[in-house]
Amino acid sequence: MEVTTKGMPYEAWKDNEYIEKLVQELRDNGTNVVVGSLDKLINWGRSNSIWPLTFATSCCGIEFVSLGAARYDMARFGWEVARASPRQADFMMVAGTIVHRMVPVFRRLYDQLAEPKYVIACGSCAISGGPFKKSYCVAMGIEDIVPVDVFVPGCPPRPEAMIYGIMQLSRKIKVEKFFGGVNRKKSQEEFLASHPIQETTHE
Amino acid sequence: MANTQEKIAKLFPQVTVSQGNAGIELTLADQSRWHDLASALRHELGFDFLVTIAGMDWKEEGLGCVYYMVASDRHECLSVKVTATGDREKPYIQSVFDLWDIATIFEREVYDYFGIIFVNNPDMRRLFLNIDWKGYPLRKDYDADPATNPISIESERQTDFTESWVEKDGKIVKEIKRIFQPDDFVINIGPQHPATHGVLRFRTALDGEIIKKIDVYLGYIHRGVEKICEEDTYPQTLHFMDRLDYFSGQIYHHGLCMLYEEAAGIQVNKRIEVIRVLMDELSRIASHCLFIGTYCMDLGATTMLFYALRVREQILDIFEKTCGARMTFNYACIGGVMQDLHPDFVHDVHALLDVLPGNIKEYNTLFTGNVIARDRMEGVGVLTREDAISWAVSGPNGRASGWACDVRKNFPYAVYDEVDFDEIILHEGDAMARFKARILEMEQSARIIAQLIDNIPEGDYLVKVPKMLKIPAGHWFKMVEGCRGTFGIYLESDGGTIPYRLKLAPPCLPAAAVVDHITEGEKIADLITIGGSMDYIVPDIDR
Repeated sequence: MEVTTKGMPYEAWKDNEYIEKLVQELRDNGTNVVVGSLDKLINWGRSNSIWPLTFATSCCGIEFVSLGAARYDMARFGWEVARASPRQADFMMVAGTIVHRMVPVFRRLYDQLAEPKYVIACGSCAISGGPFKKSYCVAMGIEDIVPVDVFVPGCPPRPEAMIYGIMQLSRKIKVEKFFGGVNRKKSQEEFLASHPIQETTHE
Repeated sequence: MANTQEKIAKLFPQVTVSQGNAGIELTLADQSRWHDLASALRHELGFDFLVTIAGMDWKEEGLGCVYYMVASDRHECLSVKVTATGDREKPYIQSVFDLWDIATIFEREVYDYFGIIFVNNPDMRRLFLNIDWKGYPLRKDYDADPATNPISIESERQTDFTESWVEKDGKIVKEIKRIFQPDDFVINIGPQHPATHGVLRFRTALDGEIIKKIDVYLGYIHRGVEKICEEDTYPQTLHFMDRLDYFSGQIYHHGLCMLYEEAAGIQVNKRIEVIRVLMDELSRIASHCLFIGTYCMDLGATTMLFYALRVREQILDIFEKTCGARMTFNYACIGGVMQDLHPDFVHDVHALLDVLPGNIKEYNTLFTGNVIARDRMEGVGVLTREDAISWAVSGPNGRASGWACDVRKNFPYAVYDEVDFDEIILHEGDAMARFKARILEMEQSARIIAQLIDNIPEGDYLVKVPKMLKIPAGHWFKMVEGCRGTFGIYLESDGGTIPYRLKLAPPCLPAAAVVDHITEGEKIADLITIGGSMDYIVPDIDR
């Protein structure tokens, strides 16, 4: 199955093995015809209107602004409805460094996102700490805090790279299973179970 | 200048006076006379603009601070080195919060980094780091083990109380004070809020819809740049300048390079200076463009973003051709610039200069004269000239309050003394004036570019620099005019290849700190108007 988005030839993607493996895993369990068709319909709708949360901590956020403006125009893809409230957003573009003080806030924002939710780690700070690797108070990558779906490298990534990253996300959504046996959801739950929030003890 | 020296020698004979690269340097061994000296400097000698307080750890010689201040009427710079009393457990210095309003915040920053207690400062909380952080990170003996301060997803402890140290019967004792009163109605704005321009947080006490007090809560993007700089070689420290105020990247780079060149005795040629100034002014236009876009969007005029970003994208294209990046350019380097100008540079800049006046006119037609915009901005968030100086709110914000604080005029560097441009001074001091000041500054920047673009001198774009740059022991201070105000850099070197201490004094910290002062008595709905007009960049505040 060739998973691609509109206007993008399948060969132009750089990591097709990954998506093929994902599709294979999903097929192993078999699919009911009715449920499968419904899945397709739902995923078609979802993958074409993923709304971001306006969440930017530093430099990458400015490139995200450029992405929203007329030149790069993310409205073409149905991503332009940037929501200020996590409860209305589908995915979170983590554009910028996450530092110690920000971590609980960031995690809470993630928890507030409505299911199904996705995270894109945008820029080297969000991926690994980037230029602030030696710092005493930067979280070295957000992978330890929330499960991440797509990584977009760069410091900051160009708007084109961001477009490619979100397109990858929409491709992942396309092969997702909505009814039962959702691989992604399972791994997400496992992740959250292994990273619990402790009960606050202080007043 | 000699006059100042004489006066100080007469008033305070125990103070050592010497001459540094930026101006007179005073050394005060005993901090018990510090408040008297500061008071004389502030009131009798007219040093009313406190640029920065650089905390220092001199290891065996103890902890202390270096205060840099400027006399705003005669553009004289002065520094005072004060050593703290007491051991490393509890070092203390007298506070000067009553002389300069901004000192309250600056002293909190030093306390956060070095644990120096400022006696009588009403608010001695940590500024950037978590409230329960262990250790003081910029001390030389700080234990950087991540296990000491692990990352926690548990919410940070919140408190309505703050600490203050006061002198009682010859002893320094701690007092607990309230930030908010028990019956205050406090609402939280940020850190994730679309109109705080990043991760800034205001704890706002309200009386109805009138703002009573704002507690500016910083540190949500504190990345510890100053500490990392102490581990990197001189050329390696440069790239952080792009990531502080990412709109002034070129200017901050320029400033730090000039400081290193001055310290290492490297002479750059005229071509390099002209290229750097051209880049500075281009980035100033790009920065103000984005300000117009985002600020109008904050006020509800969403379309303005698209108009304003059009010019910005054109400038970014020019940068991209020469520097190879859209945002983090890393262009200026020690001894010159990374690569020569692109062959299209002159042509592209001319194309920009051709369209810019038309675009500025369009911004004014669309927004500046708009009745709604005028109603929302005029007379809102008024900052007087005296307050602007005392709160160290420099740059376009300060000039909109009538304070002539342009470093390019007052302490000319590179080729700024050879070009002809006006310093924009407005007197209203409200949000509208701050908005207008930036539009007018774009015109002046274009004027500077127009004068230089056809006269770029011939020469090398990079002079010879030793492979392993060493800077002799000593200290230097340099100021440049960033897009948002005075950016000061203080360097202390021990003669090695890495800085002993690099203190960055950003213009955005005062701009955020003053929000509490100018919003008092305003309506909560105007908070976004006022905050947006200050145009702070949060990574620049937190570093």
